[in-house]
Amino acid sequence: MEPDILVVDDSAAIRKILQRVLRQTGMPIRGIHEAADGQEALELMKTQSVDVILTDINMPRMDGIQFLAAVKAAEQWRNIPVLMVTTEGGEAMVGEALRLGASGYVRKPFTADQIKEKLAGVLQPAESS
Amino acid sequence: MSLHQYILTSMRRAAEEVFATMVGMELSAAEEKVESGSPESTAGVVSFIGVAGAWAGTGSLTCSPLLACRISSRMLVTDISAIDEDVLDAIAELTNMIIGSVKNDLELRVGPLGLSIPTVVYGRNFHTRSASVSQWHVVRFPFDEEELIVKLCVAPLDRRIGEPAAAVRGRHQPHGERREKEAEACLRQDQ
Repeated sequence: MEPDILVVDDSAAIRKILQRVLRQTGMPIRGIHEAADGQEALELMKTQSVDVILTDINMPRMDGIQFLAAVKAAEQWRNIPVLMVTTEGGEAMVGEALRLGASGYVRKPFTADQIKEKLAGVLQPAESS
Repeated sequence: MSLHQYILTSMRRAAEEVFATMVGMELSAAEEKVESGSPESTAGVVSFIGVAGAWAGTGSLTCSPLLACRISSRMLVTDISAIDEDVLDAIAELTNMIIGSVKNDLELRVGPLGLSIPTVVYGRNFHTRSASVSQWHVVRFPFDEEELIVKLCVAPLDRRIGEPAAAVRGRHQPHGERREKEAEACLRQDQ
């Protein structure tokens, strides 16, 4: 499976870094798509197929928790794995993301290995099924 | 460890970790201290981020335009010679990660806190001033002939705005209230 990956972060710098890190993992990837907040991501997902989502939490307009809730509430998107990539390390915020159905959590600052490990973790179950 | 030293150590470690991981730069030994808040004249790039909760305040990252370009070039793996949107965005994100990490540490002592979206200012001869708190935790990293400065002013909310303590604390969970009281007592002992 060559996944389409959606990166959601209000920081263009982080989106560029994640693009680079994802390419460097050596994993087969069909496409990497970007959105600056949850609302923009939901709009993009109406026309673009997505297999994995990496999203920040603190974003303007629609934050990562609201975006996650919207994805998990939609029949056509609820099985898409969502990884939270954020500075937020508080138990309450991480707990809420996991309760809403997030597949994992990567704390910023992150290394390429951390992203690769989490990504492999959410892609492997889909590949083996 | 006093709360002042706890915050300063957290700031230094956070900056070192963020620069090593995201920029690929090792920061040199830092000067750490608590400074009283007379406004200082500033030129260059300053990024601010708000901290909110039972304790509230502002964190910032300050550097020269040249240093901002150098850091952003390393972070984005591209040549940047002048301040542009990419540089301001990169400095804002570094501030978010550094102060966000300090916020995570501080939550262990004072309970849940939130972060605002960062704001970046670039210019000459401007002054920055917090309207409430006059003490800043300051960590200065020498960088060739220049300086990278990480600052944080944070204090219990009721002391910042004069709101009765009971009214503020009534909104928080019991375990958060206990941690808040312990941290506030620790901060008072430091002064």
